This record gives sequence, C-alpha cells and structure tokens, in this order.
Amino acid sequence: MTIDSKIQVRNVNVYYGNAQALYDVNLDIKSKEITSLIGPSGCGKSTFLRCLNRMNDVIEGCRVEGNITIDGENIYSKDKDPVLLRARVGMVFQKPNPFPKSIFDNVAYGPRIHGLAANTTELREIVENSLEQAGLMDEVKDRLNESATGLSGGQQQRICIARAIAVSPEVILMDEPCSALDPIATARVEELMGNLSINYTIVIVTHSMQQAARVSTRTAFFHLGHLVECDETNKIFTTPNDKRTEDYITGKVG
Amino acid sequence: MSIFEITIVILIISASAYFFGVRKIVSLSAKYKKKPDSLMKYYGKNAVIWAFVPAFSMLVAYSFLAPVYIETVFIDKLSKIFPEYQQSQLNLVYAQVQNIASGFLESSDVQLLALSEQLTSWNEKAQSTRSWVILLVLIGTSALGYNKIKLRFPARVKVEQFFERLFLGAAVTAILITIAIVVSLMFEALRFFEVYNFFDFLFGTHWSPNIAIRDDQVGSSGSFGMIPVLAGTVLIAFIAMLVALPIGVFSAIYMAEFAPRGLRDIIKPTLEILAGIPTVVYGFFAALMVAPFFRSIGLSLGLDVSSESALAAGAVMGIMIIPFISSLSDDVINAVPQSLKDGSIGLGATKAETIIKVILPAALPGLVGAFLLAVSRAIGETMIVVMAAGHAANLTANPLEAVTTVTVQIVALLTGDTVFDSPKTLSAFALGITLFVATLMLNIAALTVSRKLSEKYD
Amino acid sequence: MGNGKTNTELIAKSLEKRHRRQTRLKYYGLFSILLGITFLIILLGSITLNGYTALQQTVVQISVNISPDKVFDDNGNISEEVMYNTNWDGLAKKAFRQEFPDVVDRKEKRKLSDLISSNAGYDIKWMVSQNPSIVGKETKLWVKTSDDVDQLLKGRLTVNVPEEQRRLSNSQLKWVKNLTDKGIIKKQFNTVFFTSADSREPESSGILGAIIGSAIAMVVTMALALPFAVMAAIYLEYFAKPGKWTDFIEVNINNLAAVPSIVFGLLGLAVFLNFFELPRSAPLVGGMVLSLMTLPTIIIASRAAIRAVPSSIRDAALSLGASKMQAAVDHVLPLASPGILTGTIIGMAQALGETAPLIMIGMVVFLVDIPTGFTDAATALPVQIYIWSDSAERAFYERSSLAIMILVLFLITMNLLAVLLRKKFEKKW
Repeated sequence: MTIDSKIQVRNVNVYYGNAQALYDVNLDIKSKEITSLIGPSGCGKSTFLRCLNRMNDVIEGCRVEGNITIDGENIYSKDKDPVLLRARVGMVFQKPNPFPKSIFDNVAYGPRIHGLAANTTELREIVENSLEQAGLMDEVKDRLNESATGLSGGQQQRICIARAIAVSPEVILMDEPCSALDPIATARVEELMGNLSINYTIVIVTHSMQQAARVSTRTAFFHLGHLVECDETNKIFTTPNDKRTEDYITGKVG
Repeated sequence: MSIFEITIVILIISASAYFFGVRKIVSLSAKYKKKPDSLMKYYGKNAVIWAFVPAFSMLVAYSFLAPVYIETVFIDKLSKIFPEYQQSQLNLVYAQVQNIASGFLESSDVQLLALSEQLTSWNEKAQSTRSWVILLVLIGTSALGYNKIKLRFPARVKVEQFFERLFLGAAVTAILITIAIVVSLMFEALRFFEVYNFFDFLFGTHWSPNIAIRDDQVGSSGSFGMIPVLAGTVLIAFIAMLVALPIGVFSAIYMAEFAPRGLRDIIKPTLEILAGIPTVVYGFFAALMVAPFFRSIGLSLGLDVSSESALAAGAVMGIMIIPFISSLSDDVINAVPQSLKDGSIGLGATKAETIIKVILPAALPGLVGAFLLAVSRAIGETMIVVMAAGHAANLTANPLEAVTTVTVQIVALLTGDTVFDSPKTLSAFALGITLFVATLMLNIAALTVSRKLSEKYD
Repeated sequence: MGNGKTNTELIAKSLEKRHRRQTRLKYYGLFSILLGITFLIILLGSITLNGYTALQQTVVQISVNISPDKVFDDNGNISEEVMYNTNWDGLAKKAFRQEFPDVVDRKEKRKLSDLISSNAGYDIKWMVSQNPSIVGKETKLWVKTSDDVDQLLKGRLTVNVPEEQRRLSNSQLKWVKNLTDKGIIKKQFNTVFFTSADSREPESSGILGAIIGSAIAMVVTMALALPFAVMAAIYLEYFAKPGKWTDFIEVNINNLAAVPSIVFGLLGLAVFLNFFELPRSAPLVGGMVLSLMTLPTIIIASRAAIRAVPSSIRDAALSLGASKMQAAVDHVLPLASPGILTGTIIGMAQALGETAPLIMIGMVVFLVDIPTGFTDAATALPVQIYIWSDSAERAFYERSSLAIMILVLFLITMNLLAVLLRKKFEKKW
C-alpha cells in the first residue's frame, strides 16, 4: 500500500506557539485520486493541509515536527526549497482569491514567476490549456483581459484552480474550496475535481460530509488534532472503526 | 459690571436655578402624590439650561461683536469729521483714539482728547447696556424655565434634546471652520484682485511684492505673478518626495513583510519620533546644518550651491515626510487581505514576488492616496522653507539655486511693519487661498482614491 | 503532465536568482529604515552636541567696593531711585579693569571692558537689591562674561585665523588666558536660561517667557478643543444618521486635519485679529488658532476611542431603559476616556510644536518680559527657537539648540505618556 502513495506523513506534530494543533499524525496519500479530510471545525484538518506545501511557514510562531515525504523526498529537509515545493504542490483556498488583475494575468501569474514559458505564444498556450482544464475557457474566452474580480464566485474559484494548474503541479490541495459558493457553482467545482483527479493527486478539506462522500476515494477523519482514521470513503461512511467517527458522521457531534 | 462679574452672577443664578427647580418638582410631587415624568435631577438640569444658556451666549456674542460694532460706528463718525481722510487713515486715527482712551498714549491734541472721551463714554454706555440686558435676559429666561416645571413635563427628553443639539453644533463646527477659512481668505483675496488683475496673478512670471512706502517712490507698484513662487514650491516638494517616497515605501515594505515582530515593535515608534519632531526643528537643522554642509560639498566639487538651496530645504522636508509615508504605506500594505498573499505564496512565488507583483499593485490606490497626502503636506509645510529656502522668486529648475515658496511668501508678506490694506499684505491671502484650494484638491483626491481600496476589500 | 519534470528543473534553475532578488528587496528595506534612523540620530545628535554647552555660562570674578551713597537714600534705606541713577555699567567695567591695571590706552580699555557682559552692571544692581549687605566693603562678585568669551572657553570660537577675522583680538585672548591662569574665570550652571525671557544679549536670554507663553496657549487650546471634540465625536458616533449630511461633516473633518497649519494662521489673522480686533501677539489668540487646528485630530481620535467600546455595553445600557444620551455619556464615555485622553495628548503635542500659525498672529516678537496673562504679548517655545536661529551671534545658535532639546524632550515625554496610557488601558473586549 505504501508503494503507490504519493505523500507519506509520519509522526507529524504541529504547534502554534505553545499550543499543539496536531498530534502524531500518520497518513499515506495515494497518487492520482482524491483524498478528503473531514472533521469538526478546529480539528486541525486545515493545519494539516497547510503542512503539505509548507504554507505554515508563513505563519509566525508555527512549528512543524515529523516527516512528510513526497515521492520519497522529505519536504521539510533543510536543502528543500519551499518555493519549489509549492510549485509542485498547488493550493486552492477557502475564499476565492483571484488577484486584482485580468483573467489572463491571473492564470499566467505562476508560469511567469517561474519562467515556465519561453515566449508569449507558449504562455498563451499554457493559459488557454489551464482554463480549458478548469472548464472555464468557454465562459471567459472573450474577456481574458477583463478583471478577474468581476467574475462570479464560482468562476473566481475556478480561475484559482486554473491558476494552480498552470504551474503543472503534481498535487493540488483544496481548503474547503466550495464553502463560499452556491450549490450550482459547488456542483461545477466538484465535477471539475473529478476530471482533474485523472492527472493530479488531490487533497481536499471539507466540512461537508456529503461532498467528501461524493468526490473522494479515500477519507481521513480528524478530531481534536488527532487523525482518528483513514480509509476508503465508502467504509468510513458505512462502517467506521472508531466511535468518534461514527458519532460525527451520524451527526451526534460536530 | 465686568465680564468676570457678569459670569459669576450667571453662574450663581444657574446654580440656584437647579436648586429651585428640584425643590419645585419635589413639592409638586408631594402635593399631588404622583411621580413626575422624569427623575428629579432632570428638572434641575432643565432649569439650569434655561438660566445659563441664553444669558451666557449673549455675553459671548457681545464680547466679540460689540468692539466691532463700536468701531464701525465710530469710524463712520470720524469720516464725517475728517472727510478728506481715506479708510486706512481713519483706522489709524481710531487706533490712536483708542490708545488715548485706554491710557496707553498721551496726547495734547484737543480734538483727539475730545474724541477719546467720547469713545470712553460710548464704551461705558455699551457696557452698562450689556449688563442690564444680560441681567434681564437671565432673570426672564430663568423664570420662564422655572415656570415650565410641571409633573407632566418631560424634563429628561428636553434636556437630552438640548444636549443632542449642542453636540450637533460641535460637529458642525468643522464645517464652520472650513467656511470661515474660505470666506475670510476669499474676502481679503478679492480685495487684492480689485487692485491686481486675477490672470496676471495666476499666470504672471514676475514676483516682486516690494511696494514703496510712499506713493511717489520709484518702482512703487509691486509685481505679483505667482508662477515663480509656484514653481519654487513644486521644485522643493518634488525634491522632498524624491527623498521620502523610496525610503518611506521600502521601509514600509520591510516593516510589513520582512521585519520580525520584535524589531518591528522597535522600529515603528522610532520612526514615529521623527514624525513628532516639530517642523521648526527641521527648519533649524536645514538652515544651520544641512545647507552649509551642501554648500561646502558643492564648493569642493566646484559647484556654486546657494546657502538657501532648494536642495537643502527639499531634502530635509523629505526626511520629515518619511515617517508619514512609511506609516501610511504600512497601513495600506497591511490592508491587503492575507488571502491574496496566500494565493501568491501558494503558487510558489517568493515573498519578494508576492510583494512586487501582488501586494503593491493591490495596494496601489492606497499608496497613491498616501503620496497625494504627502505632497499636500510638502506644499503646505512652512517652517522648513521659511528658515532654509530663499525669499527671492527665481524661476529655475536648478536645485542648487535658491527658490521661494508660497508659504515663505505668506510669512514674509505678513510679518514686519506693513499697512494691512496694502496690496502687498493682501496678496498673501491670495496665495493663502491658492494654497488652501491646492491642498484641498489633493486631500479630496487622496480620500477618493484610498476609498476605492477599502471598497474593494470590505 | 508530460513536461512536469522539465518544469521542476526550470523552476529549480530559476530559484537562485529569485532568492537573490528577494534578499535584495529585503536589504533595500532594511537600508531605508537604517537611513531613516540615521537621519534621526544625526538630527538629534548634532543639535544635542550644539546645545548642551548652553547649560553652562562663563562667569568672571570681579571685586567691587560699592559706596553706600549709590544704593541708600539719606535715611539709610535702600532706594530704587538712588539705584536708578547709579552708573552700574561703569562700576562693573571699572571693577573688572582693576584686574589689569597696566592697560591704560583708551582703545585697549574699551576692548578690555568688552570681555564682560554688557548686562554685568544690571546683574550687580540685582545682586545688591537682593543682598544690600555687600555694599560699602570690598566684595568679590561673579558676573557673566560676554558671549564671545563664553564661546571661546567652550571651544566654539575659531582662534587660528588672522586677527581681523576673529571676534576677539590678540590682546583680548591674552587677557582671557591671564584670567584663566588666575583662576577667576569659570563655567557655572546657566540658571538665567531657565528663569528669564528673551534678551538682546545671549548671556541674559532665557526661555521661561516662551515656555509660559506656550503654556498659556496650551491651556486655551485644551479648554476649547477638548469639549468640542468630545461632543462632536459623540454626536457623530451615536446620533448622526448615516447620509449625505454626516458624510459631509466627516469629509470636512478629515480635510481640516490635512489643511496646512499656516492657513489656520491666516484665518486667525483675518478673523480674530482683523475682524474681532483681539489683541495681537496674545497667547489667548494663539491658543484659539491652535485649537481650530487640533480640533479635527482630537475628534478623529475620540471617535476611534468611542468606537472601540463594544456596542454590547451600549446595548446593555439601552436594554435596561437608559436613553441614548445616558448610554453614551454615562456608560460609553467613561470607558472611552483613556483613548480620548491619548488622542488629546497627541493633539496637544502637535499644537505645542507648531510655529507657523503663531507667527501669523504676531507671536513672533522680541520680549524681555515674562507674560502674566492671556492677553499679554508673548512668544512660544518653537517661535523662540525660530527667533534665535535667525540671530547672527554664535551664542544664540547654542541657546536655540538647547531650547530645541527642551522642546523635543517635552514632546517625547507627552508622546510616551500617550503610549503608556494606551498600553495601560488597552482592553481586549
């Protein structure tokens, strides 16, 4: 089972100052499928997600202990550059956060800073390809030069996804990507996730159990900073091993 | 009675109004065995308002307006005695008469003595009238207020209504001050434009306000073309911004994005000290230390640097503005939502790329606002240029030469002994209103742009 | 993605350059901050180096024998009139010249007399009136030297230039050396600086007059600005209905806070002096003008302080049946008062350092008397600095610097007080 896992997490503890947010988390995330992280709010699932691309580095006073490897490389080792890591592990946030630039510039942002395109034709290709993959091309192809902040919430979130894909990451992390969206936009993003999982490893944090059940192959349940269990989504939602998981899923707590 | 005595009387009556007001409502309440509408103390307060406010407002109004009124009437009278005199001469006679009347000046001129006696008697009459009128009003309104006290009288509501209006009045003061600025500057400036062409002032390229004291002196008419003064102002402000803008913005970037918390807690207050230093200190520094320093450097390089160079004044002004820009920019940069920064970092951008490509463009309206406010500050700054810039109006873009500014000219024109009504002094008000309008437009522009930023992210 | 590997390589290759760029930006920022702090240090440092010497004044010992008929009237009582007619100046100079009996040439004698302060006579007169027992016998008195000698002994006079370019001649330098050798010339604490007003002679000038002028103006400013500001702030936060009218008031306040101070000076000149004919140079008018200027600052600070009090407090008061006014004045205002006080101190510090508007209303005057009332002519501390920095004498330069040190000390203390107050009362609701 560990053979085809993309990401291996071993004995991870996270502290904010003196407060511990995660306790001894061990988890394997498989390549090219969707893994959901669920749990009541404050359980550490977002913190965990932010460990996977070292986004916690930017939070003052945050300390991560333990081992996280992607393709066998320890991402927290001294010689690893978080910038390179974040290019390989893209992230989509809870609130759609397009830059106050044109749609084109938003998607071209990553390729430009990383110097991925040799010329403008290539850049254009990357942008169009990414928008295509994000299923947004038809909606925006006539207004690539208009501001991205003028789009609807669902479109903005898909721009953010396109923006992440444009760097050709191996993993995409999504932190409650649909919590700010209406049901129709949510459905579109979920559909998109399904399509993307063919090419990318996706880890998604969600507070909606239905969403986890709909989109993911595997689900991990977090509670009070502990990873309670992780298994096939079907199994988690039908016959969980742990009492806490059952309580949460049946709506007794949370 | 003197103003002081009247104030005491008003205070005593007001205090007793409270006492009587409360006493009346207590006895009414006892008589009808009913509780009044409001708490007892509100009836007292209500009585105090009736007693104090009308009489005291009259006293204040009188103190300000009576001298003005007496002067107008008296000068009118003087103009009949001395029909050949002009307004400024009449003013002078009035000042003399005033000084004789108050004993500052001795005179043997019979006519002046008679006039001063008359002025004294007018003043005395005005004073006694004032005392009587105010006392009558005091007693009248106190009685009226006392009379209003009944069980069903909503004293609290009335008292609070009064205070609400008073508070409104205080808030409206801001508007009144603005109006007072515009009206008073306009009034004097219009008098200037009666004798000097408006367009010559606005577009003239020669500024030499020195008017001869006597009319028959050579070159008696001054020249008031504002362009060289304006150009000097812009040149110095430009140098100041050249110093302040990069240093301020880079400091803000460092403080907001790079500085560890501990360092930030030290740097911020230190830079704020720079902001708290009075401008006269910067002026002293510019005139007595920086300007000679620049001059000696210039000499060693074979350059002729004026001891009142625009460079010295502008550079020191720039130092003064650094904390202004850095703290405004710091606020603006911090106002950019964390989610945007996360979005950029999450794509693998470095901090520097995030700052330059995401934060600064997003903060641009705010930065422009800060820039405009700083420019407004630079052109309105007075002491540094008064002490370190020149007085002669040179139309030059060479920062090593001496130039003058609007504020320098205002100070120069209005200090020293000059007749107030001369075009020379009046031109200061024309410069003043120009300065006010320019800074007003910059401030409003700054406000409008930075509002755009907050709208975008709220 | 098929080209994933190449992407990683591309990025890895670009990393070094990008991190270098980042380091560069960081150092630009650090450099800017250091530059700012360096300016601050140079500014305050150079002024301190110039100014601290003004804390001392050079004095020289002379021995005088004042005959009683120059002080007492026929009845043996000390008499102002007799003393008025005495030539104290001559007496001081003559006594001083006794130290150098071999100087006889008229011109040389005058040069010698120039070494002591031209106010030395007044000082002796004052000493006599304080202590008449020194009359009638040989007494040793310390009197101030001229500012040139003072500056010479403080090492501020360049001596290695040709005589005609110097403020002191060769013989004068020799005499001063002689006095130093005899040990009858010394530096002592400059009490005069803290107890007198301005003077034409640097050695007799002080800042007390200016400080009192500033203090009176500050009292007026505070008395006018604070109540108005608090009332306006309460109105805007509690009673004003959002709309065009309130917006207009707000824009006005924000704009007034950014109007150049000299414009307020022009307003004061046109309205208070020319229209209402209030006295020129009076600290009363100065205070009024400064209050107009600080009003917006205090309103803005007060509003922020009132807004910082959580609405739950107001709602609690309202739910218990208090009126809006009671909620605002009795419950919210006390909680907001530390914040308002902080804002007021900052506004006052601003007003205390302000110069330009005071110049406009004529507070820039030469005054040897200390003001005693609201309408007396007065200067203010920053204006005094301005006046002195315009003087040619080197000694005024030094005094100006010391006055700046005192002013800045005042301001830093006030700001520190504001910071401490804010820290002490800072509540996390």
